[in-house]
Amino acid sequence: MLDIESIRKDFPILNRKVNGKPLIYFDNAATSQTPQQVIDVIVDYYSNYNANIHRGVHSLSQEATDAYEESRLKIQKHFNAKHSHEIIFTAGTTHGINLVANGFSSVLKKGDEVLVSALEHHSNIVPWQMLCERTGAKLKVIPMNQNGELILSEFDSLLNENTKLVFVNHISNALGTINPIAEIIEKAHKIGAAVLVDGAQSCPHLKSDVQELGVDFYVCSAHKMCGPTGVGILYGKEEWLNKLPPYQGGGEMIAEVSFEKTTYAGLPHKFEAGTPNICGGIAFGAAIDYMNSIGFDTIANYENELLKYGTKELLKIEGLKIYGTAKHKTSVISFNVSSIHPYDIGTILDKMGIAVRTGHHCAQPIMDFYKIPGTIRASFMFYNAKEEIDTFIAALKKAIMMLS
Amino acid sequence: MTIEEVQNQIIEEFSMFEDWEERYQYMIDLGKTLPLIDKKYKNEDHIIKGCQSKVWVHANMEDDKVKFTADSDAIITKGIIAILIRVFSNQHPKAIIEANTEFIDKIGLKEHLSPTRANGLVSMIKQLKLYAIAYQTQLN
Repeated sequence: MLDIESIRKDFPILNRKVNGKPLIYFDNAATSQTPQQVIDVIVDYYSNYNANIHRGVHSLSQEATDAYEESRLKIQKHFNAKHSHEIIFTAGTTHGINLVANGFSSVLKKGDEVLVSALEHHSNIVPWQMLCERTGAKLKVIPMNQNGELILSEFDSLLNENTKLVFVNHISNALGTINPIAEIIEKAHKIGAAVLVDGAQSCPHLKSDVQELGVDFYVCSAHKMCGPTGVGILYGKEEWLNKLPPYQGGGEMIAEVSFEKTTYAGLPHKFEAGTPNICGGIAFGAAIDYMNSIGFDTIANYENELLKYGTKELLKIEGLKIYGTAKHKTSVISFNVSSIHPYDIGTILDKMGIAVRTGHHCAQPIMDFYKIPGTIRASFMFYNAKEEIDTFIAALKKAIMMLS
Repeated sequence: MTIEEVQNQIIEEFSMFEDWEERYQYMIDLGKTLPLIDKKYKNEDHIIKGCQSKVWVHANMEDDKVKFTADSDAIITKGIIAILIRVFSNQHPKAIIEANTEFIDKIGLKEHLSPTRANGLVSMIKQLKLYAIAYQTQLN
């Protein structure tokens, strides 16, 4: 059982008011809030051991390096990577995707095929389009059905000996659909294609085991799981990371440099040019500790209750339509009410202290599929309370009344 | 009336509202009742794409005064457009070029004109000014 009252006390931001009303934060799929335990780690870093890592002989540098590398180990353990050097610190999910897409520029040839799902965020579409433009490879799309689920039989027929890469998000940010990534990975591997899973939306809700999944690349961001913005990880299988060329040149990623030739450092440093987000990396580890202290099973059960309750209450509202009704979905509800523009409802809800997302959620192809300009998206995390859903429903009814 | 006089009139009207609800209800009603743009101008040539809402703007000049019509797919955006049109339309291009939009602050709608709001309104004001500059060049 999740003790919601005690958990809410961990998040100082939940005490603030917005437009004179207590904040109700339902924009968790965009970014999650930060518990005091993680804030303390950030303050401690800058108060006590801020220094550049991996190169100083002095004590502060050693302490910072130890904390940063300890965090890498925590992340390795959390995602069950085989080696800690398979965990590359990045600036976030988008950075990780671009790193892999860039690396594949030297792997792909004309005639190769790259598959993406119809449920992708723009950040998991655009880098691959750019990659295909550079290499002459072809980008193909795994279609989805009206419920917002990928059509796996179509996926089967898209797979062929030219398929080299498959990119799919674990959970859709716009609709909350949980994709059957284990099945997708297995099928892609049978024909020798590599798979990248975008875990930005799944990392706060589900614990992923990269070895069990056998995934080739997995990317996610700390700020989706109670950590700070500007830091994330790329997990890559050792053999893949060794095969891909470095993404950016600079300090930290080299072994030896002369003007004639540079030899690159080994993993993970080959992909970590320049001074990284040291504090962010350390705080990421603290965020993972925090979430594990609650437990991902407990979190998933509780969030599923919120999802069921929120869905049931929302559907009582006349003219309300939910987009994304997949059998397996996470605590994200994307909806519209009659022909009211999402921006109008979002604006009025904000006046009542409620933060939701409105618009196309950086997933325009999904909005085009449903032929809508956008949706209102309420996304819940384990620190949200049922009572907040009640207040949200009442506020939504009021907004509808004002706008009808 | 000059642009400044219209702005002062709007500030006075808004000062009668007790709270945000009355303010927004007024804008919503404005947005609902006003037919703002001729349907034939609601096309790709006249669109300003915001991330959140779309805005269409059309301009023409009669007797040295610029007339604007505009519309949006979101009602609150449309309500604010109605207010902006009231201020800027039917004015001499020079007056439009020189006018500012500080009155929006005073009627408590500043957040809608934030460049990061992505509702198309900031680009719309830029567009109004660009039209005015173009018409001013014709007059010179």
